Amino acid sequence: MRAIAVTVAATAAVLLLASAALADESELQLREAPNKDLVVASCAICHSLDYIPMNSRFLDRKGWEGSVNKMIKVMGAPITPDDATKIVEYLSTQYGKK
Amino acid sequence: MTDRRKFLQDVAKGIVVVGAGSLVPGLVRAAGDARARDARIVTAGLAEGTNEAAILDALPGKRPLIKRTFRPANYETPLEYFDQAYTPNDAFFVRYHLGNVPEVSRAEWKLEIAAEAVERPVTLGFDDLTKGFEQVELAALCMCSGNRRGLSDPHVAGVQWAYGAMGNARWKGVRLKDVLAKAGVKKDALEVVLDGADTAALTTTPDFVKSIPVWKALDENTLLAWEMNGEPLPHWNGFPVRLVVPGWTATYWTKQIASVRVVSQPFKGFWMATGYRIPKGKFALVDRFLSQETETNTPITEMVVGSLVTNLRGGEKFRLGQRVEVRGIAWDGGYGMQGVDVSTDGGGSWRPAQLGKDLGKFSWRQWSHAFKPERNGVHTVLAKATNRIGGSQTFDLVFNPAGYHNNVVQKLDVHVG
Repeated sequence: MRAIAVTVAATAAVLLLASAALADESELQLREAPNKDLVVASCAICHSLDYIPMNSRFLDRKGWEGSVNKMIKVMGAPITPDDATKIVEYLSTQYGKK
Repeated sequence: MTDRRKFLQDVAKGIVVVGAGSLVPGLVRAAGDARARDARIVTAGLAEGTNEAAILDALPGKRPLIKRTFRPANYETPLEYFDQAYTPNDAFFVRYHLGNVPEVSRAEWKLEIAAEAVERPVTLGFDDLTKGFEQVELAALCMCSGNRRGLSDPHVAGVQWAYGAMGNARWKGVRLKDVLAKAGVKKDALEVVLDGADTAALTTTPDFVKSIPVWKALDENTLLAWEMNGEPLPHWNGFPVRLVVPGWTATYWTKQIASVRVVSQPFKGFWMATGYRIPKGKFALVDRFLSQETETNTPITEMVVGSLVTNLRGGEKFRLGQRVEVRGIAWDGGYGMQGVDVSTDGGGSWRPAQLGKDLGKFSWRQWSHAFKPERNGVHTVLAKATNRIGGSQTFDLVFNPAGYHNNVVQKLDVHVG
């Protein structure tokens, strides 16, 4: 019984550690798809990546285009037009309205 | 924190590793399981992705709150904290637009009062502020303009708040009008421009700068506050000093305030000229910000009438004949609450709730209503507040593109039998 109790306590400790580690934006993971790296590199300079899943899935392609354009034109994100197209493609296929 | 800092440095250097499977997908699944276990953070009416992205997470000095976004920090207060008169400081919601929020000590803090519409620029330190003017304390609701944005139908982009981007507190400080008098406000003063210490990651991003009409700045209730609920402001709520603009939405309550500029022309920054705008004519509001109005839209100003049930959640079960108490809070833009009507039959009939103690016209007001269900089945509970100037809540969402002023009457089903 004692051994079991220790194992339970150890497991609980590991779970606690795991949940503590969750509270960190470096653990955020976007969906695997082409141009994910570009999306991470372009967006995470200014904000955590949870902005993307939080705003899903209700924006259509036009909606995501609007968001990306706002980031470039209003918020001053240094993103080229080519990259913007790829980012919109990723966001609307992975996090866009179905 | 070290990992987080390293991650941000790597992002900044462009070397963040994002190859397939390079992070730990197991942890992401664990987050999903944790969410399923914790019904406190899943809110009906939010988009599925919004609920999935939310976790309970504690910022330094705070209790676990509902994390909407890590950076800028956007955290909302879980419903269980609203069943009391004042919201605990460590459970008070957090809302930032820009990622860099510096630590500013009371010793370092300085407030500059300047620009073309003051007689003489003045710079004040913390002691100058707290010892140089009459101190006042008042209760006021601080609510994000976008509170309940996540419940907009259709959904609109932005931080997807549910019900908890608000809190009620006792704010202690000095009147902005007394501080402005030291600098001397000129006759042609039009707006007062407010800037805090927070900054963006990129210099190309517009700084979060707001303005209020000079008449609102000179209102006796507009404060420069350093305490809430008898304690120093938490770092995440504006330590050492923030502006308190009772009745108006929190966008004007500048945190870590650093500069107050009195100007004679409308301030044209992004967060005034484009952000925080509502369509003209859609909401019944008294306070107008005329120097900022256009043909079609106007800056958000005072809060609309609203209410929240604070002790019941949808789907709760009761026995036939058991006394069911419905408790809640109600608020408006500072005219005071006239009453709250409660329906327990889906809106067929209404009864006035009993109002709690009046803590001041800018505070929310607690209320309660008890009933004994006389039949089995679903009972739909609704609460609708009315203020002293006849303002009330809407049954149908007044849709607007930024999801502001959502004061739709709440409906909760309780099950009897």
